[in-house]
Amino acid sequence: MAIAIDSDKCTGCKLCEAACPFGQIRIVERKPVIGEGCTLCGACHEACAFDAISIDRPAARVPADLDTYRGIFVFAEQHGGKLRPCALELLGEARRLADRLGQETAAVLLGAGVEGLCPVLVAHGADKVYLADDRTLESYRTESHAAILTALVSRYKPSVFLFGATTTGRDLAPRLAARIGTGLTADCTALDIEETSGLLLQTRPAWGGNIMATIKTALHRPQMATVRPKVMRKPDPDPARSGEMIRLPMELNPKGMKVALVERRPFAEQTVPLEEAEIIVSGGRGLQGPENFRLLEELAQVLGAAVGASRAAVDAGWRGHACQVGQTGKTVQPQVYIACGISGAVQHRVGMESSETIVAINKDPDAPIMHIADYALVGDLFKVLPELIKEMKARTAAR
Amino acid sequence: MRILVCIKQVPDISQVKRMETDPKTGTIVREGLPSIVNPFDEYALEEAVCLKENHGGEVVVLTMGPPQAEDALVHGLSMGADRAVLLSDRAFAGADTLATSYTLAAAVRKMGDFDLILCGQQAIDGDTAQVGPMLAETLHIPQITYANSMEISGKEVTATRELEEGCEVVRCKMPVLVTVVKGINVPRVPTFSGLSDAMEKEIPVWGAGDMGLDPSRIGLQGSPTAVVRVWPPEPRPGGRVLTGEPSELARQLADLLMEKRKDSTFTH
Repeated sequence: MAIAIDSDKCTGCKLCEAACPFGQIRIVERKPVIGEGCTLCGACHEACAFDAISIDRPAARVPADLDTYRGIFVFAEQHGGKLRPCALELLGEARRLADRLGQETAAVLLGAGVEGLCPVLVAHGADKVYLADDRTLESYRTESHAAILTALVSRYKPSVFLFGATTTGRDLAPRLAARIGTGLTADCTALDIEETSGLLLQTRPAWGGNIMATIKTALHRPQMATVRPKVMRKPDPDPARSGEMIRLPMELNPKGMKVALVERRPFAEQTVPLEEAEIIVSGGRGLQGPENFRLLEELAQVLGAAVGASRAAVDAGWRGHACQVGQTGKTVQPQVYIACGISGAVQHRVGMESSETIVAINKDPDAPIMHIADYALVGDLFKVLPELIKEMKARTAAR
Repeated sequence: MRILVCIKQVPDISQVKRMETDPKTGTIVREGLPSIVNPFDEYALEEAVCLKENHGGEVVVLTMGPPQAEDALVHGLSMGADRAVLLSDRAFAGADTLATSYTLAAAVRKMGDFDLILCGQQAIDGDTAQVGPMLAETLHIPQITYANSMEISGKEVTATRELEEGCEVVRCKMPVLVTVVKGINVPRVPTFSGLSDAMEKEIPVWGAGDMGLDPSRIGLQGSPTAVVRVWPPEPRPGGRVLTGEPSELARQLADLLMEKRKDSTFTH
């Protein structure tokens, strides 16, 4: 057991009990008892005013070549020659972190006929672009991408390697991290550099946003993280920036490619992916039926928004699961989230609570969603939405 | 066909009462939060049992956790899995996704070859979606993530992956690890007799010593990542309540949206 209580120092004050984010400390006969679910997170150790709790962390085995890993690398995710917005968001963040460390930023670009994107990556902050441009990389495949990135890491030794927390990033990064044997933190919402050590501080929500945790990878390289789209600000491009392009060798073993792509089927109903939308108009049980989602679609069209749905609406079969926002659906972070006829159960809120501005339209002023909304509109959505559509159409036309 | 389903017991976060915070410490009151099977893993279990019903074979369910995680395995058995194994040892405590994958992989090797390993797309407590791909890599088998449908024909799996802008259909020879999304099926509710049969089954508990694990690769010590700080986020403050005629509400909302559009990078 790696956590120990010094019973001479412990006063039974219960500070640790209150500090445990996992509810794993009980005070029994004035002494803390640690539950089986202890994750050794250290919150109690920090909270203890009497230095009575020790957590036995493994002795530091610092690899000799740790300092040879340098630079902040970003996986520049693209599909069909189009960069994902989060690739540029990440470059901006990588630039900021690299400047603090006095190191370089590199973009890693894999694809077919994508060389033309290199200047874009440089303009957005990359000092170097590592490029693998080959017909076999036309579509993202876990195996080909992981193989190329493994070789890249062992040759160019980045200190930090960042990925967008997209379906692609979350498919690729763990595969790569496990192959290299390094740490990976998922779905970060903030990154920073620790002043004393120069280590990457990776902050992310967990437990459905009930706790925030800062994580670091002290003794393994690269320090890997996936970062939630839309959290970092896309930098303004600087066309005057210059950078270097380095071609990566293509040495793929065709026997290593076991998963074959059969076909692609784009969603018909969704134009902007929910994860990337600036505005989301979302509907719940209050819409009363699938046909009423037409109202949301019409509004979404005027606003350039994407349409989401609550679990209730998806489970009722009114919308496809791909539209679901919430714990068993997607986590989104748009500038404006408009919740229409959604009560706002925890299950929904964890998927949208980080939105910049939340608007709720609900007949019930006491619905949970109304308590977290920046603008809680008490009214009948069937009356408010048509008025809003009319109003927005008029204003857009007037411009 | 041998199918393994990896599941996780998680706290039922939907039961968290967000507004209840300890007035002294500001932390969230989470006493008595019930434990459930991670909802995404129920889709994996359902898929495995359906495949067994259609193609024959055996379904084994595996978890790593404290002794009470046995309850999650009993649920898996009651849904139709044939047997279950619990990995539980103090030495596993503090494992991150990499150390967890290493431990699970050792258990898989001990159990022998599987044709198919199914996992939920992610667990609702950690939300990392990392253990599936990391386990596949550690076992040197391919992965198919975010599957919303799958079919087996002969030795091949064909699955549809649900991505941001659409779906892609992929095909792969088994063995393969597949992570599934919510839309793939509707998990069955265990019957009473299914549950009582499940309660009868012996569930072996394996510790670090049973699997010949390298102690430097398990638990806290085997975890490259370390949590350095945990805190509850600031609760979102409520905002303005707007009431009035629908047209007036619409006008106010339109003002807000135009304002947002002005000071942002709206593409439309």
